[in-house]
Formats: sequence, structure tokens, C-alpha cells
Amino acid sequence: MRVLKLTFLAAGLMLGGLGAQAQPADQTEKEIEKYREMIADPMANPAFLNVDRGEALWAQKRGEKNVSLESCDLGEGPGKVDGAYAKLPRYFKDADKVMDLEQRLLWCMEKIQGLDTKDVIKRRFSAPGVISDMEDLVAYIANKSSGMKFAMPLEHAKEKEMFAAGEALFYRRSAVMDFSCATCHSEDGKRIRLQGLPNLGKPGKPAQETMGSWPTYRVSQSQMRTMQHRLWDCYRQMRMPIPDYASDGITALTVYLTKHAEGGELLVPSIKR
Amino acid sequence: MSITMKALVLAAAGAACLAASASMAQQAAKIAPERVNEIVKDTWKNPAEGWQSRVDQDETQKVCSETRNQPNAQQSSAILAREKATIVFPADGKVMGDWKKGERVANTGTGGQFSDRPDTYRGGNCYACHQMAAKELSYGTLGPSLLEYGKIRKFKPEEAKEAYAKIYNAQAVQPCSNMPRFGHNKFLSEEQIKDVTAYLFDPESPVNK
Repeated sequence: MRVLKLTFLAAGLMLGGLGAQAQPADQTEKEIEKYREMIADPMANPAFLNVDRGEALWAQKRGEKNVSLESCDLGEGPGKVDGAYAKLPRYFKDADKVMDLEQRLLWCMEKIQGLDTKDVIKRRFSAPGVISDMEDLVAYIANKSSGMKFAMPLEHAKEKEMFAAGEALFYRRSAVMDFSCATCHSEDGKRIRLQGLPNLGKPGKPAQETMGSWPTYRVSQSQMRTMQHRLWDCYRQMRMPIPDYASDGITALTVYLTKHAEGGELLVPSIKR
Repeated sequence: MSITMKALVLAAAGAACLAASASMAQQAAKIAPERVNEIVKDTWKNPAEGWQSRVDQDETQKVCSETRNQPNAQQSSAILAREKATIVFPADGKVMGDWKKGERVANTGTGGQFSDRPDTYRGGNCYACHQMAAKELSYGTLGPSLLEYGKIRKFKPEEAKEAYAKIYNAQAVQPCSNMPRFGHNKFLSEEQIKDVTAYLFDPESPVNK
């Protein structure tokens, strides 16, 4: 029923889009805003199914060592999930590197559980009939920071280095369109077609609202998605090759964007077009 | 507010801007380019066949990235000279094609993505960034409005030739322009660029209605 309801809403937006031909642009923007409010109802958000599955998976014994992830240190101490997401990415001494949540989870699966992550990585993005362990775990862990404010430490030299790398990547132009992230996301009040573009090149509300609403249920994709997928999608549109999942470049960009979201509140999983 | 006070406020704001850009430049210098390249290599370890060139930067992309699209005078003239040399005009000198086909190019945003098939139709996606025909309300604002582009320029053939050149290689006109170098990067064909030029310059095109 939930899915059915969402399908109707999506169809409604498409119709709204067609109707846009006859209306002034600000009227269209209002219609889109109304649609966003309609789908923001958490009771109708299928991503809470991911949260439930993620919670069970966190406690499930798996891998060669047949243990759960409950002793995994997400930065706040072994097994502490509350508030961990709001402080990621961060430096982990045992791995001697800065990791985002996905990198850290893969590390814990390999080191603590002795799990071969090949299959987990293969299912990194869910699809009809394919459940993603990673999306479920991120939904669960991020939800445990919902209502909290971003507070990434950014103190260790390697954390600062990753911020600088993220900034360099944000402005790095490449591929057949010569695009960088900054091409679309470094000015206020711009849009692509009718879609408003958040300025992510500086600290402030657009970065807070953007980062504070991921992970999210994407109505257009009928799946819950994490920042890993969002950046994968950005590079797809930039005509770049597929960036490796849980690679350092994605983490560097996430550090840069999360720093600009500092002080912003997490309300996740959210629901978006 | 008196004129002097206004001037003082403006000067103070200017100084604050300078200080801000200086601190940004300092922040940007905190990482060696070699380290960034290492991270880039790690992020795109095995691009699909023929796609490594999309990860690697050419000289113009490198300069525009490092300077945040603000090249100095010397860098600007080097880019202009280098990019101008890449422009290939149609052999018969005719830069105008079919505006109706140009409309399709302007409206299409597919092609060349890793999710596309190699034979997926490639569009210029002009409407993503530009206003063009008055009847099309779904347009972006990253680039300037091109409403009545040819009409404003009195449909002059030399202006059409300039538009063709700009679409072929925007950086031959404006160094570090945000606009893709559609011809130089072989993203659009010569015929498609001619069709878009016609969409801008044909008196019958909705852009000029």
C-alpha cells in the first residue's frame, strides 16, 4: 500500500511537470515544494524498513569468525552506535586512515567478522529483488544520529588532509564535459532545468540541508540511497567513469561536504524525489 | 548614508573579500597535487576500456581546476590560443544546419554516461543551463539566457559563425568557461553543432519567436 501511495505521488509530480508548461516558473517551484512536503511524511517512508533490517544485520553473527558487528568501533567506542554517524568521516587509528561509514563497516566485516566482502560490495546498491546490506546498515546507524547535529572532529592531520583533498576534487574539472562538482554547486540560487542547485562550496544552510537529509528514500528510484550512491550518480552525470565504492576520493568529498554542513541537523533517513 | 561613508563601507567589504580569497588560497595549498592524483588513481582504479582519458586532465582542465576558473592574464592567453587552434569549421563554410534537429540536441541530456549504451543518442542538454525558446519554461540558470539570440544579433552571418565557434570550443572565447567544449571533446558531431547554431540563428526557430 505504501509503495502504491508513493507511485501515485510520483505520477502526480510528473503531471505537475507537464502542467508547468502553462504556468509561470515560480508557480511551478511552489508545486514542487508542495510535493516535497507531501513525501516528507516519515510514516510513509519505506526507508524505515531498511533501518529495521540494518538493526537485525548489525546483531547477526556472520563471517568466518561467526560474530556480529556489535564490537565494531564506529569512532565512539566498540559497539556504540548512538551519535556515531554525526561525527563521520573521521580518523581511525587501527586502520591508520580516515574512513566514512561504508569504509568503516567493510573494515569491520573483514577484520572482526572475517567476512568476504566481495558479495556485499556486489550488492552495494539495491535494485528490484536485490537487498543491499550496506544501505540497510547505513540506514540503521545514521538513524541513530537523527535529530543530532553534525560534529565531525577534523583535528587529526589525516582528517585535515582529506578535507583538502575533497576541496581539490570538488573543483577538479575532467572528462568530456569539463565538469567539476563546482560547475553546478558553487553559486547561490542557480538551477538545472527547474531543479534548484544547493551551493555546496561554502558552509551554510544549503550544505546543512543537503547533507542532513542523506541517507534518503528516493521515490524516483524506489530505493533507499546513501551518499555513496549520490556521488556515484553525480560522477555519472559528469560523464566520468564509475568511481570505486568506498574509495578515498568519495570519502574526501564527503569530508569536504560534511564540514560545510557543520551545525546542521540530521533528519534521516529522509525521503526525496 | 553619505557618499564617503558608502565608499568606506565598500572598501571594507572589498578588503574582507580579499582576505577571504587569500585564506581560501591558503587552504587550497594544504595538499600536494601529487597526493590528490594518488587519491584520484585510487578512486578510479580500473576505468572501462577507453575511459582513462576522462580521468586524466588536459592542460586547460588542470589550469582551470587549480585557479578555480580564475586564470591569470598569461594563463588566459595561453588557453585562448590553445583552444582556438582546435576549432574546425565546416568545409563548405556553412555553419547553419536544421533548427528542428537543433531543438532535439538542446533538449536532450542523455549520452556518454557510464549508464548509457555506447550508441545512446548524445544531446547538448543546452536547456539544463540556458533559457532558449520562450515557450520552454523548464530551463536552467547556470548559463546566460539565449532568448531571441539570433534576432538580437540581427541574424548576422558573422555572429552565427561566432556562435558555432563558441559551441565547438567555449574556452576559445572565454578561458575556463563552465560550458563544455562540445566539438573539441567530440561530444557533439559537426552536424549537431550546425543544427544548434541554426536553432539559435534561424528566424523560424522558436528561440527567435
